Amino acid sequence: MGFYIVQFLTGLASASALFLVASGLSIIFGVTRIVNFAHGAFYMLGAYVAFTLTERLSGAFGFWGGIVLAALAVAIIGVLVEMLLLRRIYSSPELFQLLATFGLTLMVEDLVVLIWGPDDLLGRRAPGFRGAVEMFGQNVPSYDLFMIVLGPVVLGILWLLFHRTRWGILVRAATQDRDMVAALGVNQKWLFTSVFGAGVFLAALGGALQIPRDAVHHALDLRIIVEVFVVVVIGGLGSITGAFVAAVLVAELNAFGILVFPKISIILVFLVMAVVLIVRPWGLFGKPEAAARKTPGLSVRPWQPLSQNERIAFAVGVVLAALLPLIAGNYALAVGAEIAIFVIFAASLHFLMSVGGLASFGHAAYFGLGAYGVAFLAKIAGLPMIVCLALGPLLGLFGAAIFGFFAIQLSGVYFAMLTLAFAQIVWSIAFQWVPVTGGDNGILSIWPETWAAGPARFYWLSLAVAVAVVGLLRVIVFSPFGYALRGTRDSLLRSESIGIDAKRIQWTAFVIAGTAAGIGGSLFAYLKGSVFPDNIGIGLSVDALVMVLLGGVETVSGAVVGAIVFKALSIWLVSQTDWSKLILGGVIVLIVVAFPKGIVGMIETWRARSDAPSSKSAALAASQPEGAE
Amino acid sequence: MSEAPRLLFVEGLNKSYGGVHAVRNVSFSVAPGEILALIGPNGAGKTTCFNMLNGQTPADSGRVVLRGQDISGKQPREVWRLGVGRTFQITATYSSMTVRENVQVALISFQSKLFSMLNATQRFANDEADRLLGLVGMEGYAARPCGELAYGDLKRLELAIALANDPKLLLMDEPTAGMAPRERVELMRLTAQIAREKEIGVLFTEHDMDVVFEHADRIIVLNRGAIISEGSPDQVRNDPQVKAVYLGDGLVFGHAEAHA
Ligand SMILES: Nc1ncnc2c1ncn2[C@@H]1O[C@H](COP(=O)(O)OP(=O)(O)OP(=O)(O)O)[C@@H](O)[C@H]1O
Ligand SMILES: [Mg+2]
Repeated sequence: MGFYIVQFLTGLASASALFLVASGLSIIFGVTRIVNFAHGAFYMLGAYVAFTLTERLSGAFGFWGGIVLAALAVAIIGVLVEMLLLRRIYSSPELFQLLATFGLTLMVEDLVVLIWGPDDLLGRRAPGFRGAVEMFGQNVPSYDLFMIVLGPVVLGILWLLFHRTRWGILVRAATQDRDMVAALGVNQKWLFTSVFGAGVFLAALGGALQIPRDAVHHALDLRIIVEVFVVVVIGGLGSITGAFVAAVLVAELNAFGILVFPKISIILVFLVMAVVLIVRPWGLFGKPEAAARKTPGLSVRPWQPLSQNERIAFAVGVVLAALLPLIAGNYALAVGAEIAIFVIFAASLHFLMSVGGLASFGHAAYFGLGAYGVAFLAKIAGLPMIVCLALGPLLGLFGAAIFGFFAIQLSGVYFAMLTLAFAQIVWSIAFQWVPVTGGDNGILSIWPETWAAGPARFYWLSLAVAVAVVGLLRVIVFSPFGYALRGTRDSLLRSESIGIDAKRIQWTAFVIAGTAAGIGGSLFAYLKGSVFPDNIGIGLSVDALVMVLLGGVETVSGAVVGAIVFKALSIWLVSQTDWSKLILGGVIVLIVVAFPKGIVGMIETWRARSDAPSSKSAALAASQPEGAE
Repeated sequence: MSEAPRLLFVEGLNKSYGGVHAVRNVSFSVAPGEILALIGPNGAGKTTCFNMLNGQTPADSGRVVLRGQDISGKQPREVWRLGVGRTFQITATYSSMTVRENVQVALISFQSKLFSMLNATQRFANDEADRLLGLVGMEGYAARPCGELAYGDLKRLELAIALANDPKLLLMDEPTAGMAPRERVELMRLTAQIAREKEIGVLFTEHDMDVVFEHADRIIVLNRGAIISEGSPDQVRNDPQVKAVYLGDGLVFGHAEAHA
């Protein structure tokens, strides 16, 4: 009995930190409508800065002062980020906001390694809370008891802040009705800045307060952000009470989940989240969110199937690519095969994101499932390669069918958070379920059979599959289904009022995209000869997003171009520098702020502009009802 | 009127938003081929009524019966499949598609080809789409990007889309807003003609009283969510209560253009 109570208390202590971070995220979202993906990075920064300060400053005052100073310092960084970056993108589509803050996260990950080194850091114990208290025959760290008290205290302080101060009342008013506050003549800029600073302060404080409990390392950000997303999805984005209740719920599920399913405790959290999403899609305390403000696609000219010339150019490109083995060496062919595989991966995400308007931040889950599917079939069932390749992607399909069903209940930022959380769950399973997946060691020696062995043959195989998948996806884009899907993106209201079951369409699209990603993953397993949890990792999901973004979200063929350019660049980059995340993050931020249309989008704009004089007559000619092709 | 066969029958609809009683105990019916105008000042509850008829908004209480079938609580897409087309006060169209493609998507849905993945939409029901566009006078716009259309043209496009499923009932929320006076008359004349030919019941809201009095067979006047008057154009025109509401609102019949 005593053991369970202590387990419960441990859960409560974790809940406090989780609550601090989640409430910060919620406050920022409530006012600015930005889901700050960099929140985990600020949490991590808080921990690192607090580590340094508490090491330098001595005594009890030094420790506690160091914690608060660290949170303040990070909050100032947050304010700078808001002023320099976020102010430029408040009116951008939410996808770009998510990506920009994600880019920041990547940069911070490399920066902390650059500053503090790659090793785990163990912080000081908190003065006055070093020992343990005996309760129910068990030892409970007294710092845990401090944290348990702290959570409700912070909740109370926040309540007072939001109900008793002018600033807090303004924030609440802005959360309810942004236009009204603007109309009252409140300086909206500074309201946003201060809110962002306050939210970051809470995140950094949460991180700083963790140092006596936990080692500081450079993967803290992703761990916390996934948990926080789960918390706000359950509690309801924008609600502080919801954040508190859900933080307790999630932390307790974690604490007891370890006892029930020691290997895959995360399943329990997932099940609860799934139930909440079905019963209350906007979380326990959340309010239904208005439809996404802006979808990609609004500013473009309607998509058109390839013209005759473009088709010829495409065919020539494929033929040239197929001739590569005549001139290229083995390394270049391996790179070529990898690029082909990533073209498949990017095209599958493009289908979901650009055509369906559903920006998945966890698309690697289905890529990785395809890879693991092949690994299971090849290693455990010992099936021939062609069968493995055909059936492996089915694991991606099943994963997409299950997670997709829940994810499409939501849209916009909720969809992004949820897909990310799902991917992280799949990753955890691959990582934790060692007997089946090999955990961190992965599954090794999955080699192609003779007919596909050797760099040239495997390259041809990858190229052929890539051409087939991209071609098929393109056909679907211009099929009735593709139009129905694009319709649900353009206007849900219109779709539902002409008999389209938007959810079924979106679910189907999710499954198609997941299966296509799985096909890429299957090939990838054979290319590398092994699978690892990294094949599901967030890094890979972000790569896919960047490929689509780089090529141009609002174009049909951008994903292909984006994948080729990105993959070639990043393979080169990794061979040149150790700080590829820093550069990649910087590139993401730069694209979002400076080149939101991507490569193909820019080419199209340029072509449209040079066509401008003749476009009028073209439109007239095309408008003649003559049933022309 | 109750002797006429009923196409749509609405009984005791209510809807509140917080403290605002947007629609109070509204009952009426529409006969096949009948053109019924639902008028009233801003905020009277017209759009809310429409939304409850096609399932967009759940009613707090009341019943909606379409051709003998109770459709209360059904989803908009189910109501559409039963033969109800609608246009929106604030137009909702697919801005990343051409005008023709907008109509094609409705036709795809109507012909249950939504999950067809290997055919080209480009070749799907082009003639039918162009015929519908022709009906509303938009044949010349078929290849235009929908995002470029003027507001009045979007309204006409919405009508073409609403006609795609061969509806029995048309719900048109301010169909002529944003159009020049001549266009208004033309569009309503066309709507009336289609309605008579195909026995389609039309329920529409409109702030332009010229349009209303010229084209409506019957008029219902809403004020603050409740029906205050109902009858032929002449009856309604001479109803002192209606006059009071409209004069109180600063609007005068025949010049009711103050609406934005
Ligand atoms: N979703 C909503 N939430 C809260 N109140 C609403 C909502 N929709 C409508 N209302 C309120 O219900 C009342 C009726 O609105 P409705 O849009 O039906 O009026 P209307 O007659 O269509 O007006 P208009 O001529 O301006 O289109 C108004 O007071 C409006 O503010
Ligand atoms: Mg209205």
